[in-house]
Amino acid sequence: MSGTYLGLPSFPRAAAESTRDTQLRANLTHATHTIRDKRAVAIGELADWPQLRAAGAQVKDRTLRHLDHYLLQLEAAVTEAGGTVHWAADAEEANRIVARLVHATGESEVVKVKSMATQETGLNEALAAEGIAAYETDLAELIVQLGDDRPSHILVPAIHKNRTEIRDIFRTRMADWGRPAPEGLSDSPAELAEAARLHLREKFLRAKVGVSGANFMVAETGTMVVVESEGNGRMCLTLPETLISVVGIEKIVPTWRDLEIYLQTLPRSSTAERMNPYTSMWTGTSDGDGPKVFHLVLLDNGRTDTLADTVGRQALRCIRCSACLNVCPVYERAGGHAYGSPYPGPIGAILTPQLRGTDNELNASLPYASSLCGACYTVCPVAIDIPEVLVHLRERVVQGGPVTLRGTRTTIKPARGHAAERAAMRVGSWTLDHPAAWHTAQRLALRTRRLHPERAPGRTARAWTDSRELPALPEQSFRDWWRQRRKTRENGGDQ
Amino acid sequence: MTDTSGSRAEILRRIRQALTDVPAEETPGDVPVARDYLRVHAPRSPRERTDLLAAHLTDYRAHVHRTEEAGLPGTVARLLAEHGTRRAVVPAGLPGAWLAEVSGVEVVSGGGGLTAGELDAVDSVITGCALAVAETGTIVLDAGPDQGQRRITLIPDHHICVVRAPEQVVDSVPQALPRLDPARPLTWISGPSATSDIELDRVEGVHGPRTLDVVIVTAQSSA
Ligand code: SF4
Repeated sequence: MSGTYLGLPSFPRAAAESTRDTQLRANLTHATHTIRDKRAVAIGELADWPQLRAAGAQVKDRTLRHLDHYLLQLEAAVTEAGGTVHWAADAEEANRIVARLVHATGESEVVKVKSMATQETGLNEALAAEGIAAYETDLAELIVQLGDDRPSHILVPAIHKNRTEIRDIFRTRMADWGRPAPEGLSDSPAELAEAARLHLREKFLRAKVGVSGANFMVAETGTMVVVESEGNGRMCLTLPETLISVVGIEKIVPTWRDLEIYLQTLPRSSTAERMNPYTSMWTGTSDGDGPKVFHLVLLDNGRTDTLADTVGRQALRCIRCSACLNVCPVYERAGGHAYGSPYPGPIGAILTPQLRGTDNELNASLPYASSLCGACYTVCPVAIDIPEVLVHLRERVVQGGPVTLRGTRTTIKPARGHAAERAAMRVGSWTLDHPAAWHTAQRLALRTRRLHPERAPGRTARAWTDSRELPALPEQSFRDWWRQRRKTRENGGDQ
Repeated sequence: MTDTSGSRAEILRRIRQALTDVPAEETPGDVPVARDYLRVHAPRSPRERTDLLAAHLTDYRAHVHRTEEAGLPGTVARLLAEHGTRRAVVPAGLPGAWLAEVSGVEVVSGGGGLTAGELDAVDSVITGCALAVAETGTIVLDAGPDQGQRRITLIPDHHICVVRAPEQVVDSVPQALPRLDPARPLTWISGPSATSDIELDRVEGVHGPRTLDVVIVTAQSSA
């Protein structure tokens, strides 16, 4: 994936670092708790939440089991509507395609809507190397970009920065990128937003090329959907003459009607709103309205490898709502950067090692970046059993076994000396040393349990614990298991 | 343009290889999707539906105004005056009657394709809508004659949107989609532009219109 993330320390080391940052932790705690409390209220309004959740999972499963069929259908529909479809097997190819398309327009700058796919491919860096400036236009992404930083949350990427830090970034860096911050800029959110409005409007009005991702692509109609709040998405999607959308192949839904599920579950689950302020939908190009040229770049970059794993495949259902981050006690303490990928939190812990493989220390340590408390599964609007996949991936790391890497079936060796597992125990030790965070997560899981029937740890969980010669006790909490395990180790048991 | 046919074949090959657990005879329709979720979350009279729309729009800081048909031109004129609008843009197909009482405002037609820069010098935009969704507090624009291009409702700072009740108001998202044409560019708007990126404090109007006035027009007899 992105070069930005290469050379980062493994999760436990990065997490140990960020847990010492008290400002970061305070910001994160405030943010995640606020969002999740509001979310529970928004979801409580829908009596059919469990049915919507189940249908959301089923539609994605239908799509994934017949992904070739739907991609071809989508390609035909987009082409029919005046768009051009490109296929990118990996990040480099996607970046190459985008750079070539931008060069073809004769432009040397693009405006961007927040897109995880292009963060994943490191598009901005790749474009910069080609002499093309890519301007992030989402307020949080702007903060991150101006601050030479990386996003720490899927939904609120600058969640780790408070208003004073943001003001300082704007004051010192805005001038380097265009219109400087207004004189005497204070740290009031309204003034900061106004500064961003002025700074970015200049760019929107002159932009000839826009780059976006998409939340959904409808196979039957070729329609693209972008869900956002600020209007920067609308600016990028409608003002430039050329629009290039880079979208993971798993973002597809079969029918127009299927949007009725996700347009209900995504906003409520992510920002706890009944509906996000803006949703844009477009199908190819329209006469006299919006871009004259539309390119869709379909991105694989490890998704087909993930698809090949029948347990891990469910990670591709993810609609990036970020609810799992906000309930995760490990994320709350570690922060998004520790995951070393654009996908932090519980979903990152299962998605990143599958997209990138587990052959380096960082990726191999990610399946351990969890306490297996199950809160992530409970909140997930497409019912991804994240704990099941975590345990499955742990098994893969410590035991090795058959995997698909870049489309080729292969067998990986067990991690040497179970280094990842030992690293994980260090992660566990700090999570479990903070009982408050732990109990909050468990209480939350209990509170919502009647809406979402809880599953006992799955077949794989037991398989893993069995294979590690640990007691297979599904009813036992991880906390108890950990205590017991620590005692065993202190008494000179295993390892 | 870009020749990615090699990758196209490769990605399709990878997908098919990845899905060897899927029986060859299985079709997409064989994977069950239970649509036992609700089409609507409560039974509502037309009036209750309109009230809910108004309440939810207000929740997300749109300004909601109610009027009967005869009061619409006066309401539009008043809202423009209150905003201090000097110049307004309207789509080519906006009913002329809506503007009958507007005075002292230069009204430009958005049908001719104003540039983004020209739109930036406009204070307000007045449009109709394709429909509105009560349960989510959403208005949907589909670039119809009384709505115009997407950019005209985006760049000006003030958007006045007229919704006809009860005929343009649906209860829910599942009721909205079948009434919309995916081939048209669609914009769903739920309150004004907003961000919560700075310490989760909600701030209105980062890029889109900072003020959204929704005028719900009911026929004389109903509501
Ligand atoms: S895994 Fe589920 S909860 Fe987490 S971001 Fe994806 S959809 Fe949301």
